[in-house]
Amino acid sequence: MTAPTKTTVEQHGEIAILRFEGDIMSASEEAVLGAYERVGVGTRKLLLDFSRVPYLNSSGIALVIRLLIAASKASQRTVCFGLSAHFEKVFRILGLARYTSLHVDEVAARAAAG
Amino acid sequence: MCDHPVIAELSLPSRLGFEKVAMSTAASVAGLMGFSNDRVDDLKTAVAEACINAMEHGNQFQERLAVAVTLTMGRQSLEVTIEDHGTGVNWRPATPDMGLKMGGAESARGMGLFLIQTLVDEVEFVCGDSRSHARLVIYLNGKESGPA
Repeated sequence: MTAPTKTTVEQHGEIAILRFEGDIMSASEEAVLGAYERVGVGTRKLLLDFSRVPYLNSSGIALVIRLLIAASKASQRTVCFGLSAHFEKVFRILGLARYTSLHVDEVAARAAAG
Repeated sequence: MCDHPVIAELSLPSRLGFEKVAMSTAASVAGLMGFSNDRVDDLKTAVAEACINAMEHGNQFQERLAVAVTLTMGRQSLEVTIEDHGTGVNWRPATPDMGLKMGGAESARGMGLFLIQTLVDEVEFVCGDSRSHARLVIYLNGKESGPA
């Protein structure tokens, strides 16, 4: 019925990339927040890849918010990419674009992360 | 579409995941009526959030309690009602304050009703003693086309 979320964590020096795959909803806490706990200690920039996420509901977005809060407390910059046009609109409606940047693809996200 | 409203009905168990059945059905119907892809996406998210609210808050996730979804196709509008066995919401959906959420002063959750209100042209939450429903409407030409 729902596609369970899988998350791959890639570490490239001070950049960590969390690649989500599947729906993000209330049952995705381990896949979102658990994956964040696996990023390296020296991580300064966090890229969140939503390109394989077909569906997020508000409970799933709440998990993303909790991840952004944790990253902010750790002084890590977060950059999102790969959201569908609809979910990018939803993120903007909710005001999330003030706390993370939203990009079409990984190339743009990496450029923005610097 | 035709002179009389065309109605489709679904009955869903109160189990997370089944909101996607309502989403898919609403998307198919909206597509048949000629709604643009972005309006279909808006409706899908609003219907999913309304179904999840009905399952969680209305039916307390008791699977034997059904969430009834009715889609009514008018000439210029698509109305979706989502009914549960609860007493409903009697407050106006608050605009989430992302600053408060990021600061930890407000729960990260609590955005569903706001999204519903924002993504459809009309929304109404009707409370009852034993059943309540949310009524969502989108118009083919936006809000200005008025009721069908």
